[in-house]
Amino acid sequence: MKISGAEIVIECLKREDVRHIFGYPGGVVLNIFDILYDNSDIQVILTRHEQGAVHAADGYARATGRPGIALVTSGPGATNTVTGIATAYMDSIPIVVFSGQVPTKLIGNDAFQEADIVGITRPCTKHNFLVKDVNDLARTIREAFYIATSGRPGPVLIDLPKDVTGDVTTFKWPEEVRLRSYNPKYEGNRWMIKQAALSIRKAKKAVIIAGGGVIHSNASRELKELAEFTEIPVIMTLMGLGAFPGTHRLSLGMPGMHGAYCTNKAIQESDLLVAVGIRFDDRVTGRIADFAPHAKIIHIDIDPTSIKKNVGADIPIVGDAKRVLKVLVEMLKEEGKTQWQAVRRSWLKQIEAWRKEHPLGYVYSDTVIKPQYVVEKIYELTKGDAIISTEVGQNQMWTAQFYKFERPRTLLTSGGLGTMGYGFPAAMGAQVARPDMTVIDIAGDGSIQMNIQELATCVVNRLPVKVAILNNRYLGMVRQWQELFYNERYSYSHLDVVPDFVKLAEAYGAAGFRATKPSEVEEVLRAGLAVKDRPVLMDFIVDWKEKVFPMVPAGAAIDEMIFGEEAEKGKGKKKLRAVK
Amino acid sequence: MRHTISMLVENRFGVLSRVAGLFSGRGYNIESLSVGETIDSKVSLMTIVTTGDDKIIEQITKQLNKLIDVIKVVDLTEVDHVEREMILIKVSPRQADKAEVLRLAEIFRGRVVDSSPKTYTIEITGDEKKIAAFVELMKPFGIKEFVRTGKIAIAREGTRKT
Repeated sequence: MKISGAEIVIECLKREDVRHIFGYPGGVVLNIFDILYDNSDIQVILTRHEQGAVHAADGYARATGRPGIALVTSGPGATNTVTGIATAYMDSIPIVVFSGQVPTKLIGNDAFQEADIVGITRPCTKHNFLVKDVNDLARTIREAFYIATSGRPGPVLIDLPKDVTGDVTTFKWPEEVRLRSYNPKYEGNRWMIKQAALSIRKAKKAVIIAGGGVIHSNASRELKELAEFTEIPVIMTLMGLGAFPGTHRLSLGMPGMHGAYCTNKAIQESDLLVAVGIRFDDRVTGRIADFAPHAKIIHIDIDPTSIKKNVGADIPIVGDAKRVLKVLVEMLKEEGKTQWQAVRRSWLKQIEAWRKEHPLGYVYSDTVIKPQYVVEKIYELTKGDAIISTEVGQNQMWTAQFYKFERPRTLLTSGGLGTMGYGFPAAMGAQVARPDMTVIDIAGDGSIQMNIQELATCVVNRLPVKVAILNNRYLGMVRQWQELFYNERYSYSHLDVVPDFVKLAEAYGAAGFRATKPSEVEEVLRAGLAVKDRPVLMDFIVDWKEKVFPMVPAGAAIDEMIFGEEAEKGKGKKKLRAVK
Repeated sequence: MRHTISMLVENRFGVLSRVAGLFSGRGYNIESLSVGETIDSKVSLMTIVTTGDDKIIEQITKQLNKLIDVIKVVDLTEVDHVEREMILIKVSPRQADKAEVLRLAEIFRGRVVDSSPKTYTIEITGDEKKIAAFVELMKPFGIKEFVRTGKIAIAREGTRKT
């Protein structure tokens, strides 16, 4: 029996076990939407913007580990997905985006709503396809899912001309996918892993840095085993938060530009760095020439291009984090007992001393709400049992500093691209995937306005996503840089007019609450968390002068930090300079 | 340092722009590029000449390998190989110099592929040095224009990594 291309698309999605699509219809994808009209296996969540659809698919993927799906029309529908795709690409998130395209005969003619989306997304997808023949459709979709989810995951786009989804053919599901040009390497080289084990045995001042790769490969258990067996403290990059329990005695939290002093010091003074699933972003390394000057570096990553790209590696291991760590732990255990606790005692004591010297903190106030206080309260009330998304800027860094992530896939944040407007739709996607979980977007008043239209989507679908807006009426991180590095010239970072978020929530049919005093914070959070049938905006009017500290100025080494007190007294100011 | 990178790619539309986009997007330089079908019509061979220090070349080969449509990447600079390039050069010598131009072309095993009352177009094949030497020799006679193919290269059989 012959079926249409549109039916093939849906049949393939079913076989890939897709249950949700985030979509927005338009002329050339109507063939597909028509099939979805009376399909009960796949639920379409109609977003209010294509960017929202892609971020939602991304949040869905991060929260579950399963690929997120977006379906949009050609031209502007497709170009609106670009920020979402680039966000997923930078953070290695498996999503599959289906875009409609004008009929094959019109491609290249500047037809109505035509855009070369395959050309436009080439540098920000792991791979993309233009399907020109309905007979290639099933195989292409199969390959797209395989590519998106295997190796180092990433976004894949499939461009579907209208005639291809209209044409009919016999459906054939390729049971197996094999690409001669794509064979991700999962098993690490055993000899190299042996070298890593030997180095760990020799090292006195070792630290582990875990990144997003640990979460993607579901390697948290292996990571914990390694850390506990060898007594090595664990640092997590922003993308790695949750890979190791944030409350664990060996957890050192996030490093880099806004990392804690003891965390950055531990890197700088270490004699061995065990880097797992990280790509050494500049926000992590600071000035490369002075990064971890005494350390031997073991770098485990599934993507060979991540190794020796920014930072050299003495022991490079290409492979899947989970499998490599498993072998590494086995080898270490085989070698017999070492008194690890005795070996590490002085090192851990030293780190503890650094922690006491400059603890991560803020000055609490009775009169004005400190944004960090809101984050701490959210942690306290959820006990860490929630999915937290963030926008980008101060809200993101305070979340990373003050919320203790216990489990993987509980933090959704745009780490690589740094996309404002990501958090809310991502939280929405996560809520669709995990209706049982409390999902909270910790936002700023700037970022939340970038995709606030998705309130309608949440209301219609009764998604109780909570948004905690740390409202300082500024683009806070921009303001912070201007204060510290641009002589307090606040060029276009003041938002002047911010909508009344409570009224706005109510206008959408959502719940809205506001706290203006510290004493109201808990009350508002409790009220917000109690809402189960619609989205909630919680507007926290916070201290607009508050900054994220400590801070490593761009271009400085990561132990050249400025601390809150210094900056406030102005004594640090002379030392501050913006290099880049 | 200059490197000649040879790669097998799927013969599909868009592959060239993936490769070219990778170079431009990451700020790598392409000095010459040539593409052609191989014995298997589904596979093309690209030869790219690029420059960079060891770290950059390592990234280039890794990044190329990462492209889904790229089947195999070989840095020929690391192995013994034969390389060729072709040039079509149009010269307009004075009457008195014509014989000399033809003689030089013969020494370089070139062929005259077009002639007009005032010009000769000469085809020369060889490695980079040979082509450069011939262009240098033709300069005094008056080069009107030339076109070059870009380098193609192949590993010598039975050689080991140097």
